[in-house]
Amino acid sequence: MKAMKMYGALALTLAMTAQGALAALPIEQWTHSSGARVYLVSSPAIPMLDVSVDVDAGSRRDPAGQAGLARATASMLSKGVRAADGQPALDENALAEAWLDIGAQFGASASSDRMSFSLRTLTEPALLERAVALAARQMAQPAFPADVWARERERSLAALREADTRPGTHAGRAFAAAVYQGHPYGAQTTAQTLLAIGVNDMTAFYRQQVMACGARISLVGAVDRATADRIASRLLAAIVPHGCRSQPPVPEVAPLAAAKDERIPFAAAQAQVLLGQPGMRRDDPAFLTLLVGNHILGAGGFTSRLMDEVREKRGLTYGVYSNFSPGRHAGAFTVSLTTRPDQAEAALALSREVVARFVAEGPTEAELQVAKDALIKGFALRLDSNRKLLDNVVNIAWNDLPLDYLDTWTTQVAAVTADDIRRAFQRVLAPQRMVSVIVGGKAP
Amino acid sequence: MKPFILRWAALLLATLLSPPTWAQTERFTLANGLTVIVQPDRRAPTAVHMLWVRAGSMDEVDGTSGVAHVLEHMMFKGTPTVAPGEYSRRVAALGGTHNAFTSRDATVYHQQVPSDQVLAVMALEADRFANNQWSDDEFRREIEVIKEERRQRVEESPRARMYEAYTAQVFLASPYRRPIIGWMSDIESLTPVDVRAFHRQWYVPANAAVVVAGDVDPQQVRVWAEQTYGRIPARAVPERKPRVEPPQQGPRRLEYRARAEQALVTLGWKVPQLRDLAATDADTQDALALTLLASVLDGYNGARLGRALVQGEGGQRLADSVDAGYGLLGRGPQLFSLTGVPAPGVSVDQLADALRAQLRRVAEHGVTEAELQRVKTQWRASEVYKLDSVVNQARELGSYWLNGWGVDAGERLMQRLMAVTPAQVQSVAQRLFDDRQLSVGVLVPEAKP
Repeated sequence: MKAMKMYGALALTLAMTAQGALAALPIEQWTHSSGARVYLVSSPAIPMLDVSVDVDAGSRRDPAGQAGLARATASMLSKGVRAADGQPALDENALAEAWLDIGAQFGASASSDRMSFSLRTLTEPALLERAVALAARQMAQPAFPADVWARERERSLAALREADTRPGTHAGRAFAAAVYQGHPYGAQTTAQTLLAIGVNDMTAFYRQQVMACGARISLVGAVDRATADRIASRLLAAIVPHGCRSQPPVPEVAPLAAAKDERIPFAAAQAQVLLGQPGMRRDDPAFLTLLVGNHILGAGGFTSRLMDEVREKRGLTYGVYSNFSPGRHAGAFTVSLTTRPDQAEAALALSREVVARFVAEGPTEAELQVAKDALIKGFALRLDSNRKLLDNVVNIAWNDLPLDYLDTWTTQVAAVTADDIRRAFQRVLAPQRMVSVIVGGKAP
Repeated sequence: MKPFILRWAALLLATLLSPPTWAQTERFTLANGLTVIVQPDRRAPTAVHMLWVRAGSMDEVDGTSGVAHVLEHMMFKGTPTVAPGEYSRRVAALGGTHNAFTSRDATVYHQQVPSDQVLAVMALEADRFANNQWSDDEFRREIEVIKEERRQRVEESPRARMYEAYTAQVFLASPYRRPIIGWMSDIESLTPVDVRAFHRQWYVPANAAVVVAGDVDPQQVRVWAEQTYGRIPARAVPERKPRVEPPQQGPRRLEYRARAEQALVTLGWKVPQLRDLAATDADTQDALALTLLASVLDGYNGARLGRALVQGEGGQRLADSVDAGYGLLGRGPQLFSLTGVPAPGVSVDQLADALRAQLRRVAEHGVTEAELQRVKTQWRASEVYKLDSVVNQARELGSYWLNGWGVDAGERLMQRLMAVTPAQVQSVAQRLFDDRQLSVGVLVPEAKP
């Protein structure tokens, strides 16, 4: 056990400058011949570069019965490259060593909507050149070795069995099944779906889904536009041969027809409590309004209503949070907490009441002012490292936001009214039709 | 071919590494004994402010374990001029974020704010450092929160419970044996008087350091520090009882049964640690070599442990995951640990033997220059990447202060690590892993609780 313990998982991430001192975030944007869009912020202070390549190959595109394919494909991408163009094959260890020897890092991951490739390298020209070449090779010629997958699958199956002994796993599964009702966002990776995935499926998924034409490449670091363009071209050349096809639409998440209450017995020191329903899409016109509102309701740390009522006033939990998870589709709105088993029903009832009252009445003017101060004055905290700049650029790139999105962000937040929040919450949430899950609860 | 590339890359990296040091780090001491460390970084108009108090769970005594952490919670409950909950609202109103953590060695409070608000958070922090005050009623509610925190972090995690029991067996006299969050019965019986006494005892200017990193001018920070923290009266730092861990004279083994699917085994040896960056004695040399040993074993993808045990290179796959860890520095005694989760069908004893076989392999055959170089190359690069995070820089400066080191400790430590040779790594593997110093912890899965 590492020595540090955090006081609260208060990942308070929103924040902007009142003075607009940082106003224009100078994003350069152009389109590559493949159709991919390139976004660059030149940040010369440190001789390093971060690159993210994002494509529409997330787990929402997992074939039926093969939940986990996108994530498995991404994780297997670092397990070796094939021989090509006169260069020898590299197994997983040779590949790892090749990255170490140039002091750079490369990885791939998948979330619900996208597969992301990320590169961090020094910008000394010879090192940068080698890093980009190696990343391109890895993207162009992933080996997907069957023996390594057999091993990794065995490890995943063991981890799934271990997870089954934890109440949180059961709560998350029951909640996702009830909220998403069969939508890919709620698909669960199980032993059965893992056993249905072979390396041929990964190769096929990779070739079919990872296409240059819809890709976004975001770069932040000590490179100029010409260098960034060369880097983007080399990385994209790795996936251009996959072709360019339009992808089938994925259905939307259906709203819930009725409330649903799941109570799952489990012997545990703490009950797991979840409450929610389908939330909003990222392109919801009221995105920022809902964000500000949710900051007040349950995302603003100690100043949030849920935290005040459930933790501060009654000591029922260590932490309670409300979250939207907006994506291409309406990701879940989720209120989550853990508490002593005999308090679970009371904590759920209280959270439900807080949410219902917020939806009915919206925030007070005072609460809104506190949230705006925090978000607007803290804006600079969103942009004070290359890593954070990259997150913001990727957000703009992936969601097709205007290049001046960050320049107008504070103004837009400042314009949100309590009435806007109330209306938006009433449109998006229906407290009388929510899913509630308690795993490991007990009568008081 | 490969050694050539290695040398080439290392050379290239070496030339890079007098990188963009921003303005010089400054350190000064206020009249009341409080240390102030300032690290300017002008890239963005933000700053990190951290208060480090050299009082963690190791400064507690039996019966009141967890009091350092409870105090950390109560520090958010007000002062005569700041109402309960008001602290968080004020930091939020400044556009800032805040948090705190308690470790064995320290309690740390930190805020990130727009750089024009540094004085405001310094004033808030200095106020609660000197004047923390709350009602018994606030305390009773917060204790319930902390009990939930313990349930969430420990009671609900078989591995956390096993480590708690294991640590209590590894150390006899050292206060490191107690969990940071405290035993449940100690938390339940803690009183407001206990918590206030801990505050009065340890929250003394000469026992604390303020680290400010970001878009600030050191001279300005000095003036602000004098206006805020400087007004706190000086008091003597209480004497600390040494509570030295007696030498271990034989192996220890703990079995912990809990509802789990996967077993886990950890092997920990009591080993020397780094106390003085300039020292050249044997313990210091060994501590530096142990750091390289841990990295060669498990410092990167495809390092020795993972390759041999998880991949099963050249034989049977014995583990689903492995870890090598070494606590280079800290106020209390440090361990070198090897930990593994056995693969299905593999016993913990089989895995424990295999983990130790990897140490024997280093003892018998040594490590290659290429392996060490690889680790060092990675570290050199990370010295550049580290500059991107002001928070990490502040954290590092604080932890050096905690261990009595100067602001240049990072650079000096890196220089010393770079000088470690394969022969030194082989030598520690030969000498320091005596069974007498070993404590084994095993998590034994049970189907039902």
